[in-house]
Amino acid sequence: MTSHPLALDPAAILQAYRTMRTIREFEERLHVEFAAGDMPGFVHLYAGEEASAVGIISHLTDADRIASTHRGHGHCIAKGVDVMAMMKEIYGRKGGSCQGKGGSMHIADIDKGMLGANGILGAGAPLACGAALAAKYQGKGAVAINFVGDGASNQGTFLESLNLAAVWNLPIVFVVENNGYAEATSRNYGVAVDSFVDRAAGFGLPGIAVDGTDFFAVHEAAGEVIRRAREGGGPSLMECRMVRFYGHFEGDAQGYRGPGELEDIRANRDCLKHFVAAVTTTGVLGAAALAAVDAEVAALIDRAVIEAKAAPHPVAADLLTDVYVSY
Amino acid sequence: MARKLSIRQAINEAIDQEMSRDPRVIMMGEDIVGGHGSEGEIDCWGGALGVTKGLYGKYGDRLLDTPLSESAYVGAAIGAAVCGMRPIAELQFIDFMGVCFDQIYNQAAKFRYMFGGKAQTPVVIRAMIGAGFRAAAQHSQMLTPIFTHIPGLKVVCPSNPYDAKGLLIQAIRDNDPVIFGEHKVLYGIEGEVPEASYAIPFGEANIVRDGDDCTIVTYGMMVHRALEAAALLEKEGIDAEVIDLRTLSPLDMDTILESVERTGRLVCVDEASPRCNIATDISAQVVQAAFAALQAPIMMVTPPHVPVPFSPVLEDIYLPDSTKIAAAVRRTLEGKRH
Repeated sequence: MTSHPLALDPAAILQAYRTMRTIREFEERLHVEFAAGDMPGFVHLYAGEEASAVGIISHLTDADRIASTHRGHGHCIAKGVDVMAMMKEIYGRKGGSCQGKGGSMHIADIDKGMLGANGILGAGAPLACGAALAAKYQGKGAVAINFVGDGASNQGTFLESLNLAAVWNLPIVFVVENNGYAEATSRNYGVAVDSFVDRAAGFGLPGIAVDGTDFFAVHEAAGEVIRRAREGGGPSLMECRMVRFYGHFEGDAQGYRGPGELEDIRANRDCLKHFVAAVTTTGVLGAAALAAVDAEVAALIDRAVIEAKAAPHPVAADLLTDVYVSY
Repeated sequence: MARKLSIRQAINEAIDQEMSRDPRVIMMGEDIVGGHGSEGEIDCWGGALGVTKGLYGKYGDRLLDTPLSESAYVGAAIGAAVCGMRPIAELQFIDFMGVCFDQIYNQAAKFRYMFGGKAQTPVVIRAMIGAGFRAAAQHSQMLTPIFTHIPGLKVVCPSNPYDAKGLLIQAIRDNDPVIFGEHKVLYGIEGEVPEASYAIPFGEANIVRDGDDCTIVTYGMMVHRALEAAALLEKEGIDAEVIDLRTLSPLDMDTILESVERTGRLVCVDEASPRCNIATDISAQVVQAAFAALQAPIMMVTPPHVPVPFSPVLEDIYLPDSTKIAAAVRRTLEGKRH
């Protein structure tokens, strides 16, 4: 069955657009602000990959948990983590998602089911298995999603987790976000199989590959594997074939890109452009409704940056708090 | 008439009582049940050394045998802990920590701090520690200093059945990640253990022998070697105090300092490798906090800086024993007028 905007409720479509646009605006703004020099640390941008986070996470509630990657801003926003608090966190300020003690690579919101971006590649997979195991014991039909990049999918933690999830029949979906690059090394160099779906088969899991720049394709495929997990049908692997608009990290000169590659993916593989074309040509949403969202989102991100820059820094006493619950 | 249990039985009873009390407690590990998927007996092992035997019959699928896949299942225990469960993961031998260390020190240990105080990770990772079992270099290490080094982890190391039960119950109820080291040579030793449930708070060392001449600080199997040394020294008129740390993180420096201020002499005994270990840590802290009280250089008794050897002859030489500990105590007393 072909995915189609008409198969979805217009309000849900508008919400998906708003979330994708928020991620894009957030990341594009970080790119600019990072270059200005007053943003500390490492920043890895999710721009270009929005259809994956939103297409998948729009099937979830706060009771469902996700374990993310170092490139986690998109997953956070899609999971409902407060954008204002995220921006403060990325600036290392009090009032940030982690009170300024985590930064871009460690944004988490346990109450929202966001178990954390993760600075260790592949580390989220076992944690997501644990979330799925907890969901199984808790018996309320919750699921877990593990996002992993094509690069980190080579980690032993990820491969072990595929097996563990299959052995324990866990309610989990492993999402390989294949953006073509493990840092600066091509996926074609670092992964010996043609499709990550083949790897799933090797572990006894069903697998599906989708065009990760097509929100509707992602949404439909995710709906099926998440439903199967919820109903006790066990784990699946989903590969989203997608593109990364920026470098591995901010400041990456991306010398590994081919001639014209960035211009090409911006022009032809932009998930937001595809989304807008799909909803406007089918008449599901009009240009005016989308433009209104764009304006609201731009204002939100503006406000987030202004508030983050004005937010207080942690004080010396904060250094020593929250190491243990009690010690 | 007090009831006696081995450490093995005490640990089993602690898990049993906590699983019975709290449905959030689950346990996972390699062969903690044993026999799954085969034609023979289920619960045939109950852990590599039989510590969890019998629990499967009571708690069924709350005990999960795992594939040989430490990164995945230790990580899963940590993930489940963040999501409201209270898992106990058994690592068999602490030497296997290298396989899954990222999940312990980069994930479990750091969640609370990194996430601004919003996460709790009530996971217990049980593992066999220590030499003396003729188990060679990859199944005999202590590694306790490595975990003690990591902020966010608690490190527990009982020396007797009473402490094993009370400390494990505390570990399961604790809201922070706990590394629980069980010395494989001590599993069989017996001692009085109340049947009722009880928790021993962390960070409270136990003075297992009073004495005024010299303080011996140690933990785990070395508590027994230190007590043997103290018995030897008693015959010479030397009265050694022996402190069993029980937990290495948190560390009860108050009890150590009070003792050293009284005795003026300190011997730190550590079965862990000698560089950057518990003995060096305590020595440094005592020098910093109570230099004026010291009447002799602090002595450290540890194995040499080598892997644990297989040869029984070499392993016995490797391990600190009562003779070496007694000699160290005598060194601290050289020149003292009686």
